[in-house]
Amino acid sequence: MLRKLFSFHGGVKPAPHKDQSTLAPIASVPLPERLVIPLHQSVGGHPRPLVQPGERVFKGQRIGGADGSLSSAVHASTSGLVRDIVPAVMPHTSGLTTLSVVIEPDGEDRWGELDRVNFRSTPPDELRDFLRDAGIVGLGGAVFPSHLKLKPGKEGSLQTLVINGAECEPFITCDDMLMRERAGDMLKGIIAMRHMLQAREVLIGIEDNKPQAIAAVQSAIAASGETGIEAVAIPTRYPAGGAKQLIRVLTGIEVPHGRRSTDFGVQCFNVGTAYSIFEALERGRPLISRIVTVAGNVDAPRNYEVLIGTPMDHVVRLAGARAGTDRYIMGGPMMGARMPAFDVPVVKATNCILVGSPALFPPPPPEMPCIRCGECAKACPADLAPFEMYWHSRAKNFGKAQEYHLFDCIECGCCSFVCPSHIPLVDYFRFSKSEIWAREREKEAADTARDRFEFKNFRQEREKQEKAEKLAAKAAATREKVGADGSAAAASSSTAPAKPSGDDAKRALIEAAMEKARQQKAQIQPKNTDAANPAVQAEIAAIEARRQVSATNPTDAPPDGPPSSGA
Amino acid sequence: MLTAILIMTGIALVLGAVLGFASIKFKVEGDPLVDQIDAILPQTQCGQCGFPGCRPYATAIAGGEAEINQCPPGGEEGIRKLADLLGREFKPLSEEHGVEKPKSVAVIDEATCIGCTLCIQACPVDAIVGAAKQMHTIIAADCTGCELCLAPCPVDCISMEPIAETVDTWKWRYPVFAIKQTA
Ligand code: SF4
Ligand code: SF4
Ligand code: SF4
Ligand code: SF4
Repeated sequence: MLRKLFSFHGGVKPAPHKDQSTLAPIASVPLPERLVIPLHQSVGGHPRPLVQPGERVFKGQRIGGADGSLSSAVHASTSGLVRDIVPAVMPHTSGLTTLSVVIEPDGEDRWGELDRVNFRSTPPDELRDFLRDAGIVGLGGAVFPSHLKLKPGKEGSLQTLVINGAECEPFITCDDMLMRERAGDMLKGIIAMRHMLQAREVLIGIEDNKPQAIAAVQSAIAASGETGIEAVAIPTRYPAGGAKQLIRVLTGIEVPHGRRSTDFGVQCFNVGTAYSIFEALERGRPLISRIVTVAGNVDAPRNYEVLIGTPMDHVVRLAGARAGTDRYIMGGPMMGARMPAFDVPVVKATNCILVGSPALFPPPPPEMPCIRCGECAKACPADLAPFEMYWHSRAKNFGKAQEYHLFDCIECGCCSFVCPSHIPLVDYFRFSKSEIWAREREKEAADTARDRFEFKNFRQEREKQEKAEKLAAKAAATREKVGADGSAAAASSSTAPAKPSGDDAKRALIEAAMEKARQQKAQIQPKNTDAANPAVQAEIAAIEARRQVSATNPTDAPPDGPPSSGA
Repeated sequence: MLTAILIMTGIALVLGAVLGFASIKFKVEGDPLVDQIDAILPQTQCGQCGFPGCRPYATAIAGGEAEINQCPPGGEEGIRKLADLLGREFKPLSEEHGVEKPKSVAVIDEATCIGCTLCIQACPVDAIVGAAKQMHTIIAADCTGCELCLAPCPVDCISMEPIAETVDTWKWRYPVFAIKQTA
């Protein structure tokens, strides 16, 4: 039972604020008046709508189809009427809109037809497609489509499957409550994942400030009789729940810059994801709800099972919003994002609605110059030098910031947390990252444009050349022909005085064309004559003869043929 | 003394031969400076700089025949980069060549289009699909926003629409402003 644990660099210990929201069990939420379900909820792609306004949908009906392989489907969270498919404000700091399906619940909450699958007898590819169509994405916050991660590496198996139940952010307790209340079902999901990945061992990492969750998971493992699955208590230190940090703590593997954990035989999933995989496989239920912690400036912080698309303020009202609320934060105080409005919908990425007020989260003191104390570098779990990245980001010297491995920053906020100068370091890193991405997009667009422009020029040049060649070849061919039967043409033409050469050539061409037409006419053979009786045959022969004669001397042959050939 | 001179001459000859050989063997195709300049230009291929495309303009800059501030789509940032690369002084965008505009794409009003194919011929990046007497449309992803298709259209059915910001292209603002907002 005693495992050797490792530790990651840096980290901080913010006040946990987790007790209040774990007092009561997970509660359900009454149906809201309307659900606004964004079609774009996971990393990658914008699923296309599969329903029309005015259509009735069942609970669990697919309303958005996965857009390409790096994408995941979206479902109706309850039965009802599709009111509209419109762009609506999404739960994102930008306050931008995204195409969303607005559903008016009919109150019946009726499931559509549900497909179950047996993961042991289904081929892995079909299982992955099934999970994609069930809309399963990582519920730890990154919302990366899970089916893409459920592929064993090159050897066809995986050493360690890490299940992330660390939940290190202050205030958030949704994974804790899930493990306490639904450990058995979650474990069934884990067993399915283990089967898909052919993982030799499974380690469930849980911070040691959640003894009840650890006990629940351990007894579930004992009850299932599975071997090679272990629930491991890890020291409580933020951000132990970062994928790389958790892998480091449990296995000692340090995933280096630019590599992925699968290269080292490790894959990491969140406990919530495991539970939703269980729901999809064994109950046939797609991902239409998730557990959300409501905490902060409310009377009774608590966890709720919330349908995707429920407005956030609808849930917050149940917990008793207090006066002075000025913002909702999706996620925790360290990594969360401020919402542009109170009624934005709960999405698959919403693990927590943190209700903020100026008293709870006072405005940060003014930013002061960096004194290069190095505290941030000491706290950085990714082993970076935040003050260097800050310096170059501030100067918009993005190339340099990247040299300090800006993209290895997990935006955990430890550096801003410890900085004595109150520099919002993470904000600078986010700014730099998005600027760099934008530049890369521009560069790509410019490269395509250059290629297309060059190809167009090449194409035009080629077309010109081809045209010229064709013309030249044609002219040469006719000239040759004219040269060959030039005498015949000259003999048959009645007017043959020598004219300027240009005119002559033209006339010769016309002559040649007429000759060709004549020959073609002469070659026409009567058809379907085999079955005709002798009398008809003879008649045809006579007509043929007449036609032959008229074709060879068209100029002096009267329409009814010369008397010599008359029959 | 003589041996020294002979040795020196010998070395000089050998090195000369090596250099001569290297210059033939490792000859650089094209002009690397033009490539570097071309990499900075936005490749809109609009011709506002007075040259038929970005590469000709890059060639002209490299040859010292053009100023670095003639490309409106590249804007101030482009000029700054060119100035850095070439060690020249930064200059504001020359007004006679145009003004910096938000990035846009062309949109054809498909109901009005008469299928004349004139815009197809004008588009420098083949971003328009259509055929004679058929409705034409623009592949937005490939359109550089050069506006060259606007003028040839006999029924004026092409318009430019600024590209809207989406979640995928949204950028975090420079933190200084963010603090003022949240505080
Ligand atoms: S903690 Fe703050 S003041 Fe200290 S080095 Fe880092 S950024 Fe500078
Ligand atoms: S936000 Fe980035 S730089 Fe700052 S401590 Fe976390 S990983 Fe390190
Ligand atoms: S103005 Fe700029 S984008 Fe347009 S052709 Fe000239 S260099 Fe290219
Ligand atoms: S579609 Fe029009 S604006 Fe777009 S690249 Fe082609 S010619 Fe330029």
